[in-house]
Amino acid sequence: MADVLTDRLPLFPFRSPDEDPFTPVTTADRRHLDGPVTRVRLPTGGWTWLVTRHADVKQMLRSDAFSADMTRPGFPLLRTPPPATPQNRRGGFIRMDGEEHLRLRRMLTAEFMIKNVRRIEPLIADVVDGALDALDGAGAPADLVATFALPVPSLVICHLLGVPYADHAFFQQRSAVMLDQGADPLAVRDAATSLRAYLGGLIETKRTSGRPGDDLLGRLVSDRIRTGELEIGELIGMALLLLIAGHETTANMIGLSVLLLLQRPAVWQRLREGTDADADTLVEELLRYLTIIRTGLPRQAIRDVQIGGRLIRAGEPATALLSLANRDAEVFDDADEFDPYRQAHQHLAFGFGVHQCIGQPLARAELRIALTRLARRLPGLALAADPAALPKRDMSIVYGLAELPVTW
Amino acid sequence: MSAHVRADRDVCIGAGNCVMTLGSVFDQDDDGVVVVLQPHPDGVDPELLQRAVVMCPAGAITVTTT
Repeated sequence: MADVLTDRLPLFPFRSPDEDPFTPVTTADRRHLDGPVTRVRLPTGGWTWLVTRHADVKQMLRSDAFSADMTRPGFPLLRTPPPATPQNRRGGFIRMDGEEHLRLRRMLTAEFMIKNVRRIEPLIADVVDGALDALDGAGAPADLVATFALPVPSLVICHLLGVPYADHAFFQQRSAVMLDQGADPLAVRDAATSLRAYLGGLIETKRTSGRPGDDLLGRLVSDRIRTGELEIGELIGMALLLLIAGHETTANMIGLSVLLLLQRPAVWQRLREGTDADADTLVEELLRYLTIIRTGLPRQAIRDVQIGGRLIRAGEPATALLSLANRDAEVFDDADEFDPYRQAHQHLAFGFGVHQCIGQPLARAELRIALTRLARRLPGLALAADPAALPKRDMSIVYGLAELPVTW
Repeated sequence: MSAHVRADRDVCIGAGNCVMTLGSVFDQDDDGVVVVLQPHPDGVDPELLQRAVVMCPAGAITVTTT
């Protein structure tokens, strides 16, 4: 697909400016974008339409004119895919379309609905307090990513799924490889294969024991596997998806949020002293402003479709750039500014359409509880490094900080 | 002016944005599928009803005003 025309296009994914880890594109990147729906070059040699306006992103992600199936020829890929291993794709419903996707997603919706998340809020609070005890006990300085931002959502998703947290080093390392757009394709395949084998073993133990357990995987074994509605390979894929999504997303939101809040003492103080409703408003603005799915949501048109005044033809690749849609001045006043008191509920940080994040009530609860309790327990928390020098994950599907040195 | 709220349960994907926005009007059943608690919500902020409509990722909710 590479040609002379493609070679002249700006290269995607964009990187944050060195001095500002919160801004998703540099001034130079913005200058290269010649319209709301514009072509960019991909590291794999192809190109994609980049859809950047809020209304267009919503229309695109709601439309059944686009497929989410990455195995289609011409799909916009950021890295060379691993050698075909059909088994590794089973159950991965975020890459499926239509009824196939809905069938699997619907088996999980009850697990993540708001009233069930409310029931586990005390567990989230216990997990957060446990991490804070350990952090405070060990003393400053510390890397807040390794000691707080990653363990909190990891412990929560492990508890919900019924995966032993003791194995966290094993699955966190492989999860990071699977999301790293710079990783070697063979390493990605091996990470997926070993994670599937690990989860398959856990599920098999639950299936053959008399009591599968009162956790998500246990319930799916009891309610869906034993009734024949779901196959083991599908359940493994669903478990893998939830384990990875539960790890990296909230962890990176916590890390970036803390970095941002520590540079705004008034907001940090309000988080400490304000109500839960204040914190909920703040969390929505953090989700909008930070938009950690920086590489966007890739799709492929399966029929001709008009988006933002452009004709996208059947077979052409398109990427919904959530981070720029969340900075759309048509929807958000002073969109490039962080305003903790704005009503940011229209943000698209969780995507839109039938694939919108299923875990969003859990993510919101984790963010509110983790940030609030951190601010109250360690009011003197301060950065112990130059923010501009912090290592960033620009090439990961989930953007974030690799480290966050702090003191208190 | 009275509002009539409908939800298409076949289209619903259980994201729960409607419940988050207006828990007095919307709920989810045991499978996570939308349930309209108040098809004719009197005294509910029309702006919040409209927010529930635009935030539904699946386009399952419609509000008509008569």
